[in-house]
Parts: sequence; C-alpha cells; structure tokens
Amino acid sequence: MVASPILEVSGVSLAFGGVRALSDVSFNVPEGAITAVIGPNGAGKTSLFNTISGFYRPQAGSIRFAGESLDGVRAPQRAARGLARTFQNIALFRGMTVLDNIKLGRHAHMRTGVLDALFYWGRAQKEELELRAEIEERIIDFLEIQHIRNASVGTLSYGLQKRVELARALAMRPRILMLDEPVAGMNREETEDMARFILDVKEEWGVTILMVEHDMGMVMDISDRVVVLNFGQVIASGTPREVQGNDAVIAAYLGSGDVGAIARRIKAEAA
Amino acid sequence: MRIGTLKTSYAADEALFDSSVQRTLLVLLALGAIAFPFVASPYWLFLACLCAINVASATGLNLLTGYTGLVSLGQAAFMSVGAYTVAVLEIRLGTPFFINLLVGAGFAAAIGVLVGIPSLKVKGLYLAIATIAASVILHFLFSHWSLTGESRGLSMPPARLFGLNLDQPFLLYWLIMPVTCLMVLGAANLLRTRIGRAFIAIRDRDISAEVLGIPLLRYKLTSFAISSFYAGLAGGLWAYFFRVVTPESFPLVNSIFYLAAIIVGGMGTILGGILGAVFMTLVPELLKFVANWATPFYPDALAALAPVRTIVFGGLIVGFLIFEPRGLAEIWRRLRRFFHLWPFRT
Repeated sequence: MVASPILEVSGVSLAFGGVRALSDVSFNVPEGAITAVIGPNGAGKTSLFNTISGFYRPQAGSIRFAGESLDGVRAPQRAARGLARTFQNIALFRGMTVLDNIKLGRHAHMRTGVLDALFYWGRAQKEELELRAEIEERIIDFLEIQHIRNASVGTLSYGLQKRVELARALAMRPRILMLDEPVAGMNREETEDMARFILDVKEEWGVTILMVEHDMGMVMDISDRVVVLNFGQVIASGTPREVQGNDAVIAAYLGSGDVGAIARRIKAEAA
Repeated sequence: MRIGTLKTSYAADEALFDSSVQRTLLVLLALGAIAFPFVASPYWLFLACLCAINVASATGLNLLTGYTGLVSLGQAAFMSVGAYTVAVLEIRLGTPFFINLLVGAGFAAAIGVLVGIPSLKVKGLYLAIATIAASVILHFLFSHWSLTGESRGLSMPPARLFGLNLDQPFLLYWLIMPVTCLMVLGAANLLRTRIGRAFIAIRDRDISAEVLGIPLLRYKLTSFAISSFYAGLAGGLWAYFFRVVTPESFPLVNSIFYLAAIIVGGMGTILGGILGAVFMTLVPELLKFVANWATPFYPDALAALAPVRTIVFGGLIVGFLIFEPRGLAEIWRRLRRFFHLWPFRT
C-alpha cells in the first residue's frame, strides 16, 4: 500500500523535567490505512497521542497533519481540523445520555450561536435535527447501539462505553481517528466486534486510523503498519510481519537480546 | 402509566415537552398563572413577583454553576449592576423600561465576563473567592459613586407602559411573570443545543471537552455572560418592583441564597432552579406563619424570626446535600417515574 502520509511526525522530543518521554520520534501515518503504535508499558505511546492531540507541546520536532503544520495549533482547533481521538480510560460524560455524548462530537462543525440557541428558531433547530438524523442513520445504526441511545452512559458496560466513545469520535467528521487502547479490558467477543468496527470505519468511511493497542493478536490481524516504541524511541516500523520478526522488538518485549537463551533457561529451570 | 408517546419524527423526539400529559399540565399552569392576579390578595401577588424574580436569577446561576460547573458567589452583585443601571437610566434619561432592562442586563453580562476571566485558571473554591472579591468591589463602587447615590442609593419612578404607571404588584405581575417565563424557556432551549452540551462537557470533564473541539475559555466566558445577563435582567425587574436601590439591597448573603436555591432545587436541571427559588422564597413566609401561630405561647416568636430563618436556611442546605443531593427536581423526577409505570410496578 503506497499512500501519501496524512500525519507526519518528525523528530518529536518531549521531556517532563528529567524524564524523557519521547526522544526524536519520527514516523508517517499513510492515509486510508490502519497504523498501530505498540510498545511495552511506559514506552511513551500515550504521551505521543497527547502530543499529537495538542495537550503537550514537544520541546523539539514538528507534527504535520494533512500537509499543514500543527505547531501552535491548540487542541480544540486540531479537533475541528479532523483529528479525533478516544481515550485509554474512557472519557465520556457519564451524566449525559448516549445520544448527547455522540452529539457533542459534532460541536466544532456546528454554527449555532447563543441567540439562535435561546430562541431555538431557524438555524439552531435545523442544525439539531439534521445532526440527530445523521447520527441515527449513519452512526448509531452502523455501531449497533440503537437500544442504548437514551441510556445514561454511566449505566453501560465497559465494552459498550468504548463503542459509544468511538461513535462520538465518528461524529467529529474525523480525517484521522486516534484510538487509545480500543479493546483494553474487553473479552474476546467484544474485541472481535471492535476489530470489525475499526475495519469498517477504515473501509466504509475512508478514515485513517492510528491506534495504540496491547492486544497483539488484534494488532497483527488488522493493522497495515506497525510502529514500535520503547523508552520513547521508535525501534522498528513496518508491516506486522516485518515487525514480528524484528530482534529489537522481541528484545523490548522479553527484556533480553537472545530469546532462545531465555527459552532454554526457562526449560532448564522447569526440569 | 405512560402510553401514546410513540414518535415518528426526530423533531417530535427532540421536543422540549414530549408527552401530552406534560403539555396539558403546562397549559393548566399557564392558565393558573393568568388567573392568579385576579384571585390572589396583593400580599400573595407580591410574593409571586418576588418568586419570579428569584427564579430568573437562580436559573441564570444554574446555567453557570449547575451546568458549567463554575461556582459563583457573585449573582447578587450582578443583579445589583442590572438594578443600578435601570435606576440610573430611568432617573437620568427616562428611556422606556424594556430598553433599560436590556441595557442593564447587557452591562451585567459585560461585568460578568470580566469577573469570569480568571475561571480559565482557577476553579471551585478559588473561583468562588474571586467572585466574592468582585462583589465587594462592586459594593464599594456603588456605595461611593455619586451617580449611584452613594450610600443613600436611588429611588426611581415606576415603569410606564402606554401612559400607565406599573406601580402595583397587580400590574408589575404582567411584566415580571412573562419575562421570567421567557428567560426560563430560553435557558431550556439553550441546553438542547451545542452550547448547552458544551457547558455540561466542561463541567464533567474539561480535558475531553477540549479534544472534542470546545474552546474552554470562550465557553466559560459565554456561560458567565449568559448567567450575569439573567442576573442583570432579574436585578432590573427587582428595581422596578421595589423602586429603591441601595448598596444594601444586594448583600453577599443574597448570592448565597441563590446558590442555596439551586442546591435545594437541584443543580443542573431547569426545574431545579425554578423549584429551588420558589421554595427558598416561600420558606421565610412559612416561618412567619409558624411564628404568628406560636406568638400566644411564646411572645418573642416574631423577634426570633430573623436568626431562626438563617438557621433554617443553613439546615436546609446541609439536609439536602446529605439526603437529596440532586434536590427537589429529583424528587419530582421520581414521582413522575412512579406514575409512568403505575399501576404495573410501584
């Protein structure tokens, strides 16, 4: 797959005091594909996501999105440009209904002003009804959450909450969808559902996906490209097959250069 | 039991009042409000107007504190801005009352935005302190400025409509009640658009609100502006109602009163602002009634009224926080739910 990159991360370094979270991270996210970022705990994956979303300002390096630099662009404007994301620890609004949570996603693309809103005439009403129709027909239908649309988010299961968060991100009209551990803590069935939705988002909506995930089975199954981070550095990138066979990656996960040696030692100790 | 509420269009499902029972109740309530001045005594009319003014102000504070999560103890000060502006315009220029009210509310909104600027950096208790500081400054300004009559305050002529002096509760009722109803309706409308959703998002989780494309400062200031606009309008109505505005008309205790009203009524619900403000306005009347009743047995009952009132207010706030933190509105919601399911499940 050869596609022009929609997101270019080049030479990004981020430090908190003396702790270097990211050092000289560079990689490209090709448009219309699924790119996964993997790495052991503390490798800097979520820091990378937060830098791309605009929460952290990197000390060095730059990020370009759809050909434009994101330097100095604040988080809300990044969202308006089509950079949507979900969070590792679900960031839904628990007191609101599923429908209202999804509607929030469209915020940046709506035009209703205070006066329109107070009277709920003309533009406000038209916009609200159009949004409702679109959410119902495209998003709720697609993600199969009709039965919970009026439920309060706090009452839903973890898997469903993750799905609602995906729905909200889709309502943002994303060009790139950043998923932070979309299947963490899910059972096999929920994981398979989510993997299917992610693939469908890529294929039916044409949205580029960048995800952080620990479930290697899923990552290797659905990703087109994998970027491996360790101690804030990119240690490998390529297709899932290339990455799986990479010695540095195996070392990062198992903690030693010689995998065979570890295996032999474990066998010896067991005997 | 709830039946016959099947919706066939998104417009019907998004309506503010979505069941026929609700609409019937609303019509009955409106008819009651129209008939009220013709049957009620001037005293009850006076109370009704006072309730309406407090509902308007409490609804404004509810938008800011209940929905956006920004605690403010400046509501009474914003009301005083509206009241003084109306009084000065009425005395100096004699412009029509609706213009005075709007200008007063606009001024209050501008001051509200200024006071709200620290809200990007400070939250909770610290923001409350900042709003107290603003109230103190405004109080000082009004009690030392010759334009606002210094510590004597201002006495103003009544509002005039078609040559008619609105100087009786009976006449003012027709000004105050409709304005309050429009304000409450406006707040309810606001909350079903992107602006209301943004407020709630900021209250519940401001970081994820930013990721959804909601600029925090802009919406926090919008919330301050709308809330103090409501306070200013309520203050203007208050000025026309009492026709005397002094620095002591809007003490800090009144700001606490409004905060108490939305806590007792239910923060973050429109109904909560209404119920809370009416309830808190009528509690002192109830106490007065009790004191009158107790006078034969305890001659000093009326003298003890003021301190008892404060204690009862305090007790109500603490009681609601502990036993019904979502307020009177939640009790009403439970009641409705009961009848939706009755008689199949009780």
